[in-house]
Amino acid sequence: MNLNRTLLALLLAFSLLSLGFGAAPLTLREVIAGLFGVGNEPQQLIIQQIRLPRVVLAWLVGAALGAAGAALQGLLRNPLAEPGLLGISASAGFGAVLALYFGATTLSLWLLPTVAMGFALLATALLYALTRVGSTNLTLILAGVALSALAGALTSLALNLAPNPADLQDIVLWLLGSISDRSFDDVRLCAPFVIIGLALLFSTAPALDVLALGEDEARTLGVDVVQIRGLIIIGAALAVGATVAVSGTIGFVGLVVPHVLRRFVAYRPGQLLLPSALGGAVLVLAADVTVRLIDTPKELMLGVVTALLGAPFFLALVLRSRRDLL
Amino acid sequence: MNLLNVSACSVQIGEHTLVQPLSLRLAAGELLGLIGPNGAGKSTLIKAIAQLLPYRGTMQLQNAAMETLTAQQRARQLAYLSQNDPVHWPIAVQDLVSLGRHPFRGSWWRGAGQLSAADDAAVETALRVTDVWALRQRRFTELSGGERARVRLARVLAVNAPLLLADEPFAALDPRHQLQVMALLREQCQRGASVILVLHNLTLASRFCDRLLLLNQGKLVASGTPSAVLNAENLRRVYGIEAVTGEHAQQRYLVPWMCATD
Repeated sequence: MNLNRTLLALLLAFSLLSLGFGAAPLTLREVIAGLFGVGNEPQQLIIQQIRLPRVVLAWLVGAALGAAGAALQGLLRNPLAEPGLLGISASAGFGAVLALYFGATTLSLWLLPTVAMGFALLATALLYALTRVGSTNLTLILAGVALSALAGALTSLALNLAPNPADLQDIVLWLLGSISDRSFDDVRLCAPFVIIGLALLFSTAPALDVLALGEDEARTLGVDVVQIRGLIIIGAALAVGATVAVSGTIGFVGLVVPHVLRRFVAYRPGQLLLPSALGGAVLVLAADVTVRLIDTPKELMLGVVTALLGAPFFLALVLRSRRDLL
Repeated sequence: MNLLNVSACSVQIGEHTLVQPLSLRLAAGELLGLIGPNGAGKSTLIKAIAQLLPYRGTMQLQNAAMETLTAQQRARQLAYLSQNDPVHWPIAVQDLVSLGRHPFRGSWWRGAGQLSAADDAAVETALRVTDVWALRQRRFTELSGGERARVRLARVLAVNAPLLLADEPFAALDPRHQLQVMALLREQCQRGASVILVLHNLTLASRFCDRLLLLNQGKLVASGTPSAVLNAENLRRVYGIEAVTGEHAQQRYLVPWMCATD
């Protein structure tokens, strides 16, 4: 499809830009040489050990958030559904904080993403239960607000009781969301879950199209609504939970990307999944490059920037659909 | 041979019995109307037949027990139009109607845009007979109520199922389109399909249905030809109304006239 090709091209362009850009600017030729392991050694190291993990992480985080947003919107038949707004990211963040600062990570490295995904799963399932019957925008957002507040409160409680107060600033900064200073260890930690999660989400695409007719008619067309719901809840929880575990919470990607791309797939919710994954990756990558471009005394956190751009966008969306909300 | 056999089916939700045990048979080519006042259990019954609600009793579709059919087999044989499930995205009319071909898709990875020639033909026919062919590029959300109703009907017709279940497809339709929809459903019967229709309009019910089931508070009160079911006694007892009847072009007509005085 043309749209997907365009997004792939954009993704490639931003990836090369991100690899070349930094304290030691590299030319395109040097970037490509570094990627293929030729050329001068320090440059190879910069590319492969420092910048490439960051780029790959941006792909994973963006694809996970974009696809999860699109899939949740299709399932709930609501354009305001988004992992961040609905408290799924916040719940995963709470799980990660629990695992991180109560020492669980010393038991096993995998415990961090596992706990984060577990809480994301819990939040998504709870959310679905809350909004199942007559999900209007209002009930959905209220449920999301409630969940976010709960996850936020529990996170605060965990911070409050954290055994080592010196770590507090680190936790808070980490929660803001960033993909800087990450290594391939982080990529390895989240990639399998993101890939499985995306596969689960993509498998629901044809059914999501049919779900536009409402659950009853979709069921009579042979769609197993219970199964689709399960696949999306588990897929979104795996993908979002795993990325939150390595990058903190990065909001609004899942809201903005499907919204912008929807018109290019003729508003069909199933067709929106793949472009949203690609578009999410492009957006996170672009935002990450922007974060590094802006010269601030302390490096801006990616999650802060996406929230600063995403929140007004969300407001505009609400404004436009306020008749529906009231 | 009966297309559909429903025996001793009842629907219970929690403590409430919404439909008392009832049986019905539907022959191929038959147009059956489900009538009754609000809360009679019409929609509940049609949903149970569509396998959307749990029920007690047995149902057979073309001599196969309903529960032995796979979801896809069932979806090819039974098409259901819900009363007022809104369409949630501004999807183009043609794409929307094409969703009716979902049960005929191959594997799940076949792109939703790829339809076979047979699929395309079924979609085109459905768009044309419902008079929405000209609207096929428009977005569903831009349409008027009447246009939406016809597009949703087209989506159901696109399945080409032998059994059509429609829950009040007239709600937003003007008289011309009401008559058009009834004629359309009759046509479906002529090509061998059977239709179960929930409707409130007794004039249309008496004119177009082969047979009527009259429900009241979850109970089957009467079944038979329209003139047998819609007699003065039933109208007064179940609906609390009196009707004017007469004959036009050798057909009996019925118009609800006034509230019954008791």
